[in-house]
Parts: sequence; structure tokens; C-alpha cells
Amino acid sequence: MSDTPVQTSGTVLTVRQVQDYHAMTLVAPAIAEGFRPGQFVALAVGGEHSGRLVRRCFGVYEVKPDYGGTVEIVFADTEPGTAWLAGRRSRDKVDVLGPLGRPFRLPRDPVSCLLVGGGPGGSALFALADTLQRRGCQVHFLLGGRTGRQVFGSRMAQRIGDSATVTTEDGSVGETGTVPEVMPRVIAETGADVVYACGPTALLRPVTRVAGEYGLPSQVSVEEFLQRTGACGIGVCMTCVLPIHGEDGVTRMVRACADGPVLRGDRVRWGDLGTIPFDALGAPRVLGVPEGSGK
Amino acid sequence: MSTRVRTRIGSLELANPILTASGCGGTGRELAQFTELGRLGAFVTTSVMTRPRAGRPTPRAAETPSGLLTAMGLPGPGIEGFLEHELPWLAEQDVPVIVSIAGDSVEEFAELARRLREVPGVAAIEVNVACPNVQDRGRMFAWHPGAAASVVRAVRSHARPGVPVLAKLTPDVTDIVTIALACVDAGADGLTLINTVEGMAIDPRTLRPALTGVSGGLSGPAIRPIAIRCVYQVHAALPRTPIIGVGGVATGLDALEFILAGASAVAVGTTLFHDPAAAPRILRELDEALAARRVGRLADAVGLAHRPTGHVPPQVRPEPDGPAAPAPGEVKERLP
Repeated sequence: MSDTPVQTSGTVLTVRQVQDYHAMTLVAPAIAEGFRPGQFVALAVGGEHSGRLVRRCFGVYEVKPDYGGTVEIVFADTEPGTAWLAGRRSRDKVDVLGPLGRPFRLPRDPVSCLLVGGGPGGSALFALADTLQRRGCQVHFLLGGRTGRQVFGSRMAQRIGDSATVTTEDGSVGETGTVPEVMPRVIAETGADVVYACGPTALLRPVTRVAGEYGLPSQVSVEEFLQRTGACGIGVCMTCVLPIHGEDGVTRMVRACADGPVLRGDRVRWGDLGTIPFDALGAPRVLGVPEGSGK
Repeated sequence: MSTRVRTRIGSLELANPILTASGCGGTGRELAQFTELGRLGAFVTTSVMTRPRAGRPTPRAAETPSGLLTAMGLPGPGIEGFLEHELPWLAEQDVPVIVSIAGDSVEEFAELARRLREVPGVAAIEVNVACPNVQDRGRMFAWHPGAAASVVRAVRSHARPGVPVLAKLTPDVTDIVTIALACVDAGADGLTLINTVEGMAIDPRTLRPALTGVSGGLSGPAIRPIAIRCVYQVHAALPRTPIIGVGGVATGLDALEFILAGASAVAVGTTLFHDPAAAPRILRELDEALAARRVGRLADAVGLAHRPTGHVPPQVRPEPDGPAAPAPGEVKERLP
């Protein structure tokens, strides 16, 4: 298998509304072939002569062998670019790069895995679940959201998971509460050995913390952070950086796209996202650099 | 690719005029996944400074109409890391490497030029004078003819003789020609026009500036007319000075526009974020556009837009589907 991503013109197979989100299936055999769970795709929006230059990055929900290979993404319509994508119809073309970024690392042994997700990004856990189950791992889901309409894949999780717990803040689906509140109980009940998570950054931080409290390693996909900050998806633009505490004790600003999107949860300095920590490699030595300079 | 597109920047001969713009090609490895670096005229590196630099906090970028607003804060590995991990790999690729350098003092620029002096694989040095000068309250070198010239002079005197030194200028000045003249007088072998245009966006959700850096540099097709104007004005004043045109090049016709304005080469910037394989496509389109206009050598087209009115050679034909060509004498020349 080649690790090299490709640029291809994907043909839209379907775009459908799923709860509060949109699911788009693209025929893109070269991407489907090389894909490993946790990797993402970067879509150009607005058509050939688009004035929108930023690529939109999405984790992959599922790849299938149909039509030579399809890639399905799930996204929320939050801005004009995603509105354009949601408005695509069957047989439309979308320029797509992928598979991009580092995948989830898989356990060597058939262990018990807790997959924690929220928002449309949580859809990326299902391809992971499939791979884990093929390796004999137990897969337990913990999905959460504000309302039931924002929890993607709860029925699918119940069908394929060894267990599935759903929480909503309004109690419309599953238990009333938040993911971090029920996570300790789920860890105890499932005997989880490892935690995988994908979803909003505000979810990943407490998930990493709770996993750490139970001594569990966590692999998290910062795809949502990448969506908010990234521009190219391939590692050239340097806009999606976040502080990572390295094994050598040095904090570096790394790219969510090319160095992620899957990172070890305990390596991310969650409290310092959106900053350059003072002790990071290359942090400004003199405070008060004038605003607007040094572009 | 045909020999038609060969060009030169001073003593540096290039197989074609399509370059990456500084800061838009990463380390080269990322782009190489999608495009052959060997098909570029040259690879221009991200500006390197003496020390590792983390840059600015996120958000660093905001999408604007046909543009991208960025405030990166010149992140990079520093010259040590660059010479150890980045330049050796680039030097192995079949492409000339133009190293962009940035400093916050004249001494830093001079030191960088010294460090690059004995290093193999440096085809040219691009001096990013659109940097804040810490010795001058953070004002950009490129805002003042004297400050820009002192940087160019320092780099020229420390760089290896024979390696072209190019000054990359900001358009955010009253008269870019004055700055260009000062840089050429100080020894610049060529000019790169233009760096980003300072701009700003405010996020309607947070009611705050969209970028942590408050203002940032605007790039992309939105700034192309500004870049064309700068290249045209500078070429009119300095017709013998080679110019690398930069600013919103997305197609071969965009590149042709820069060449007609007076550029000998063209760098592709933000377009690479949108389409990492854009450079060979732009080159092919440019080659076709030159052939369609019966231009045998790219050099013959450089600055062609400066010809006086009424001297339109009949062989220069418009796009087949474009607007009809004005008859000779009908063209109204506008002063820049």
C-alpha cells in the first residue's frame, strides 16, 4: 500500500441530510484504497474558478469498494464552503486530496477499546471500529452531544459495538449528561484498555484527562481544530499549529494536518491551544511585538 | 517542456519561469507528494531566520473574497535546522533552490548571508525586507529606502559573489519605485514583487479581529491587480532589473500578465494551498498562451505591455474566445 496521498476529481454519488449534518459519498478509488482510519480528506469548494481558496478538511466516516472505491464524509453546514458542499448533487465533481495525515495507531493485541465521539467528527470512529473488530478487539462506544440530533451514529454504534453509551445534555437520546461525566463509569464497566476519541476540541480535552486518571493511553483526532484553523490540509501553510509536549520534554508547535490529526492525547497542551506557550521551541523572547507586523 | 519558456534572473538561468512563492511550498516534501518539484523553474523556501521561531498563535489565517489573510509570524526551524534538515533534501531535487532569508536587524540578515555562503545548493538569495525592524520600533525595512538598502547591502557583501541577491518588497508604500531603486543601488540583482498587502478582517461571531495578529497579509487573486501595477511601475523605471512577479497567480494567463508587465519569472503562492499541483498546470497554460501569440522566447514578451501605443505587432493575437483585439492605434495608453 502506498502512503502517498493523491489529488483527484471525486464524483459525488449522494449527499443526504443525517440529523443536523450532511453525509456526502464521493467516488474516489485511489483515496479509498490507501485510506486508514483517522486519516482525512481535503476538499476544494466553490468549483473550478472558486474565490474560496481554503481547503475544507473532514475525517472519513467510511470507505467502501462500490464503484471502484467510495469515501463518505459527515459534516455540519456552518459556513459558505460547507453550504456549497451540502448543495452538491449526484454526478457533480469535487476536487479532493487524500488520504491525508496520520491514522489512529492500532493495538498489537486484542484489547478492549473505548471509542469516544461527538459532533460530525465522531463519524470517523466507525471506520476505526471496523478495523479494531477485525483485529479481535472489543469496541465500546461512548457518544455525546447537546441534543439527540447532534449525536451521529448512535444506532450504528448500538448495532456494531460490544456496548454503546449515548449521552445528551437535554436527555433527548440516551442518558442525560455529558461524556466526561459518564466516562469513568463506562471505563469501569467495559474494562477499557485504550481510549480513542474524535470530536470537538472541548470534548477531547476532558476525555484525555479522564483517560489519564485511569492510566489509559488516549489517541485523539484534532480534526475539528484542523477544520477551524487549517488552509491547505497537506502541511505547507502552517496555519493549523498546536503545542505538543515532546518525549524530549520540549514543546513544539506542530501541524494538526501533517503531524496529526491523530495525536497522543497526553501530548497535547490542551490549555495552551490558540497560544504559543512561553516555553515552546522558538517562542518569542521579547513580549510586546507590535501587532500587525511580521506577517 | 519547450525551450520557449526558458528565462533568467540575473546570472541564474531557469528552465522555466514558474516558481513557488516563499512561505507557500512548505519544506518541499509536502508538495512533492502532489507535483514534481523538478518541473518548477525554482523552489523558493519559506523565510529562514537565525533562530527557531514558533510564530504567532492560531488563528493565523482567514479566508476573504478571492484571498487569504494570514499572520504567521515567520515560523521556522532557524538556520541550523534549515541547513541540517531542509536544504540538503531540497538540494537533491532536480530544481534550483532560492533561499528566502528574514531578520529583525541588519546584522541578522548579514549573518544569514554568511551562513549560506559556503553551503552548496543555493541558487539565489531572496531577502524578505518586509520584516519588522526591532531597532526601528518594529517598522518594516521595506517601508524605507534607506533601511531596505542597508539590508540589501549587508546581504550582498556577505553572500557568495555570483549568487544573485533578490529583494522582496511590500506594496504597502507610497512609492514602490523609490524602494526598488534604493535596493538596486545597494546591489540587488533582482526584485521580487510583491509581498502580501496588509489587511484585516473581523469575525462577526466573536466580534473580534479574525486573526490573533489583528492585521495580516492579504494574498491570492484579490491582490493580483496591485502586484501587476507594482511590477509595471518598477519595470518602467528599471527595465534591466529582473523581476519575479508574485501575487494571485492561478492560471497561465495570470502568469502572462505578469510577464507582459515586466516580470522575467512568476511565483505561485496561495494558489498552492488550494491546488498543490498548480505549478505544472500554470506552466503548461503559459507555454500554450505564448505559442498562441507566436512568442518564440519568453524574454521577448517581458515588459511587452510597455510598448508605446500604436505599435501592436499583428502576430500578437488575443484569446480565441476572448474579446476582439483592438486595432493598432485604437489602444488608449494609460499612464501607471
